[in-house]
Amino acid sequence: MRTPLRPLTRRGLLTGTLGSAALLATGGSLTGCGTKAATQTEAGCTSDDLSATEKTLAFSNWPQYMDVDDKDAAKRPSLDAFVAASGIKVTYTEDINDNNEFFGKVQNQLAGCQSTGRDIIVLTDWMAARMIRLGWIQKLDPAKLPNVAANLLPSLRGRSFDQENRVAIPWQSGLAGLAYNGSVTGEIRTVNELLTRSDLKGKVTALSEMRDTMGLLLQSNGHDPSNFTAAQFDDALVKLRKAVESKHIRRFTGNDYAPDLAKGDIAACVGWSGDVIQLAGDNPKIRFVAPDSGVMLFSDNMLVPNKATHRGNAEALIDYYYQPAVAAKLAAYVNYICPVKGAQAEMEKIDPELAANPLIFPDDALLAKSKVFMALDEKQEKEYESRFQQVIGA
Amino acid sequence: MTALAQLGSGTPATGSPPPARPGRHRLLPYLLLLPGAAWLVLFFVVPLAQLAAASLYDPTGSLSTGYVLTWAFGNYPEALQAYAPQFARSFGYAGAALVLALLLGYPLAYAIAQKAGRWKNLLLVCVVAPMFTSFLVRTLAWKTILSDNGVLVGLLRDVHLLGPDGRLLATPVAVVLGLTYNFLPFLVLPLYASLERLDHRLLEAAGDLYAGPLHAFRTVTLPLSMPGLIAGTLLFFIPATGDYINAELLGTPNEYMIGNVIDSAFLVRLDYPQGAALSFLLMAAILAVVFVYLRRAGTEDVL
Repeated sequence: MRTPLRPLTRRGLLTGTLGSAALLATGGSLTGCGTKAATQTEAGCTSDDLSATEKTLAFSNWPQYMDVDDKDAAKRPSLDAFVAASGIKVTYTEDINDNNEFFGKVQNQLAGCQSTGRDIIVLTDWMAARMIRLGWIQKLDPAKLPNVAANLLPSLRGRSFDQENRVAIPWQSGLAGLAYNGSVTGEIRTVNELLTRSDLKGKVTALSEMRDTMGLLLQSNGHDPSNFTAAQFDDALVKLRKAVESKHIRRFTGNDYAPDLAKGDIAACVGWSGDVIQLAGDNPKIRFVAPDSGVMLFSDNMLVPNKATHRGNAEALIDYYYQPAVAAKLAAYVNYICPVKGAQAEMEKIDPELAANPLIFPDDALLAKSKVFMALDEKQEKEYESRFQQVIGA
Repeated sequence: MTALAQLGSGTPATGSPPPARPGRHRLLPYLLLLPGAAWLVLFFVVPLAQLAAASLYDPTGSLSTGYVLTWAFGNYPEALQAYAPQFARSFGYAGAALVLALLLGYPLAYAIAQKAGRWKNLLLVCVVAPMFTSFLVRTLAWKTILSDNGVLVGLLRDVHLLGPDGRLLATPVAVVLGLTYNFLPFLVLPLYASLERLDHRLLEAAGDLYAGPLHAFRTVTLPLSMPGLIAGTLLFFIPATGDYINAELLGTPNEYMIGNVIDSAFLVRLDYPQGAALSFLLMAAILAVVFVYLRRAGTEDVL
């Protein structure tokens, strides 16, 4: 009874498989001769707006970036109030954990002018700039955004990648600076101290986000991160390389430095203001430091990607969050810098202590020493990022 | 196409009686293969071909200009030159972890298979149970175990195995320990399957012929457990070499492995040709190591 199966020998199967694989491989590579440019134009990739008939909105955001009811984690007071007032049903998803990762997730759709299934996405300045440069983001209608026009902080207007404030509207802003755990080490004032003080050796982390880490280093060298030369960048990189090679810097991290700092495995780090305020709530000895040389200011921006079919609903939501009272409610929960003018006065009513916190409502002195990293074109971005990645080990 | 041609001409002349309906019966194995083959072609062969093409794109291309296939074979030596240390580290760490895992895993598998008695199933569950939690969570747990202010480091400092400022986290030791722990079940389970079938009478016979326990192990137990040992080492070594989570979470930039570099090439630096070339180099290197290993181990049956 085994004869019928005889023709299928191991050798035959292997040659067959290898043969077809080779054929397919050549066929595949010949048909896929390279890739097309990923850039889209406004005329080439138009999106319909179905907001008039469909009262829905898909909103993708980062985790812990929305106020949650103290008693019921499923309730989001500010968002629920929007849904009740506008009748727009919002599907809120916390599926953005990392700018690069999210880019990888949606790049094929957006490069091919297809829907990502999301109406609002929230991305950091440089990633927003990249997507705008690639023509992947829809322009909003300023007439539908009166609150934004009235209340957006002056320091966040007319940014290089969105001169007219109608493509990328800040959701929250924040500072990248230094942080230390006072129960493990003494106070830290400067970037140089962080990178060289001997008692910190092996107990320091920096951010793998190039613009934050390198921006602080550029400033510590007396250079301006919003306008620097390749040579100045290299100077800063040499400084960083020294700290990596002497094993002074332990690791480069995303948000995950927070638990390590709390546990005391690391004594000090380059970190983000909002995280540090939240940690300080549990351990007041954890402090955020804005070094005198300067801090980095970044924003996470609301963007409406191409082929999102509810631009009108998105505009309604964006404008809603630019009402000072709503913005204060949100800022009281997330503890990042509130981009809305007038929210400080509203915050007085919720929590006077938070209203006085310069890391949520920065004063002029702090704003004066905060810089936004220079806008890079594609070639610069690839070059600087490659050099930085080589130093941080990948 | 080749496979179909084979089908028509491949009947060996062994003189066995022709089956009743040869056409249908001969097709049967191929029909049975069809779903699996289609799956593999769609989700393995096609992406692999695409990756191969990407590794030969013109490296000056970019997302906004697109990439042109210029058969840029120079991507390979360039990538290898730039990241040779990470390659060496990947194989070094995976190799060290494998040795450690064998020292831990072989006695463990042997004990479960031969000596555990009624505890056998419970012990097997214990080996497999950690796999029910996510890989990431398990690795994060190791961060706590190896933490600078943790019990383990404190103990090692007390017995002066670590200096007063010594640490485990963020060292190569932590990465190797993490790799060992995370992939250990892949080694233990196949080994267990082989050792479980070991016939005790063979060991008794070896004893009757004046073989000491060590000699009996070398001439009886070890050769009989070879299939499991080989399958286990491969299942351990291959994913361990390509792993980047352990180096990322338990190591520092000085411990980064090739997986970390590939991850950054695709997601951060957007250097797709280099990322693809590195992936193929890693694949080729692993295949070469595995091939040599299988030849030396003398088991053609696995291939």
